[in-house]
Amino acid sequence: MSPREIRLSTTPTAEDIAALRLGDVVYLDGLMYTAREGVYMRALETKANIPMELPSESAANFHCSPAASIRKDGSFDMGAVTATASFRFAKWLPEWMEKTGARLIIGKGGMSSRDYKRYFVPNGAVYLTTVGYGTGALLGRGVENVEAVHWHEELGLAQAMWVLRCNRMGPFIVASDLEGNCLFERENARISDRISQVYEGTRPATLRRFGETDDRNEELI
Amino acid sequence: MIPIDLIQTTAETLMDKAAIEIPQDYLDGLKAAAATENGDLSSFVLQAMLENYEAAKEDRRAMCGDTGTPRWYVKMGNDTRIEGGPVALEAALRRATANRTNGVPLRPNRVHPLWRTDHDNNVGIGAPEIEYGYEPSPSGEWIDLITVHKGGLFGTDYRMLFPSDGIEGIKRFYLDSLVAFGKRGLACQPAIIGIGLGGCKDTCMVLGKRAACLRTVGDRNSDPKIAALEEELKELGNSIGMGAMGFVGKNMVIDAHVEVGYCHTGGMQMSVHAFCLSSRRAVARIYADGRVEHRTDPDWFTPYQRRETVEWQPEMEAAE
Ligand code: SF4
Repeated sequence: MSPREIRLSTTPTAEDIAALRLGDVVYLDGLMYTAREGVYMRALETKANIPMELPSESAANFHCSPAASIRKDGSFDMGAVTATASFRFAKWLPEWMEKTGARLIIGKGGMSSRDYKRYFVPNGAVYLTTVGYGTGALLGRGVENVEAVHWHEELGLAQAMWVLRCNRMGPFIVASDLEGNCLFERENARISDRISQVYEGTRPATLRRFGETDDRNEELI
Repeated sequence: MIPIDLIQTTAETLMDKAAIEIPQDYLDGLKAAAATENGDLSSFVLQAMLENYEAAKEDRRAMCGDTGTPRWYVKMGNDTRIEGGPVALEAALRRATANRTNGVPLRPNRVHPLWRTDHDNNVGIGAPEIEYGYEPSPSGEWIDLITVHKGGLFGTDYRMLFPSDGIEGIKRFYLDSLVAFGKRGLACQPAIIGIGLGGCKDTCMVLGKRAACLRTVGDRNSDPKIAALEEELKELGNSIGMGAMGFVGKNMVIDAHVEVGYCHTGGMQMSVHAFCLSSRRAVARIYADGRVEHRTDPDWFTPYQRRETVEWQPEMEAAE
């Protein structure tokens, strides 16, 4: 059975989001911005003014650094775009969502169901994961135009806030829903029974390492 | 004498090819995996990847937006001389890396570890890495330039094992690594898995990384028992029940490669490295007369690189 395909706006309605199911394949239309640790720190910790109207212009936060350059004349050359792992941004996301009204968090690998329940669901937001994760060329094709790059002087090209106009950009996979369910946790649970079987006949390492246990008094050999 | 301009222009072409064109051996391996995959989400992922490689080639854009950390492996014959010497060679490779980071464009991934300074060109302290190898044959003046754009912050690990850990201990660490890399697909499987065994800690990491990045899918170690272990590890990885992105599936490993080095008598160092869905490598051999031959097989692990004895005895190899 192949997954269901959906086209979604980057300023989706509450009903649009409620209709999404784990494992749906989504293609996006509208404006999307990149924001990761650099943007979060600048906006939330140094309290710089966010140079966009959020969420009216876009409710889609992409955890991404594009393969791109700024030409001498100031125009942009955008090649491939691939997400970066999102779990590292849990520290800033609750405040960011509250401040910007982001409804679609797009990245690599998702968050935990605890994160989803704690601040995605109350904000009416879901997580979309990129695919592969190496589908950068396909995603790059979905970028119709680079509308702006903010803060590249302060943060460098990789951490800058890129504003992208998307036209059927995708594929993405729905990885959380409004009940706070997590696609990756569902899949992990399905796989874990089998894992103990493949471990049969293997041997735990003779030497365990400090750091692999939380008990600082444990004798490791 | 190898002309230095030719080294730089060839290196620039290699940067483009590595970023844009998936090597045929990995592509064939992934197509074979896609044909057997029956997990619905994981087979969707593999199909999307196959489309992605086509899109990259058609549009001449990087296949993945994370274009990795470009590095160079350089190999040359015993008679090779380079115009301007080794310092000129390294400058040419650094220039090619910077120029094509802006040209393709690639992502300027390389930053200072503490100050996060980004030169926006993938060049900095120790970057790109340049590693060397030498070969007794063929004779004459030639140089191989190999670029690898390895991605993935998550797909590498090391463990100090001991002789008493044995093959069972090797399998355990291998599975631990694959499951850890594979959950949520953070290391972007199915991958070419490289395993380094022995050496010292640093050489063990180097061996494993080279096993992943410098050997092609389908290639087997010249030691038949190690070759059998490679087959077994490939099977083992694919029986975990995990596929692309950590979804239910049966393809984690496109191939497994093991490289060994002599180690301390008390230990058995092991490293595991995943060369991801963007297994990017490109190779060219340049001759003194200006000929350039492109290929995707680095052909790094020759009998000479795996030699065991004090003196190199090519006639012994030929007789084997
Ligand atoms: S691990 Fe490879 S395929 Fe995945 S995002 Fe990084 S470079 Fe791309």
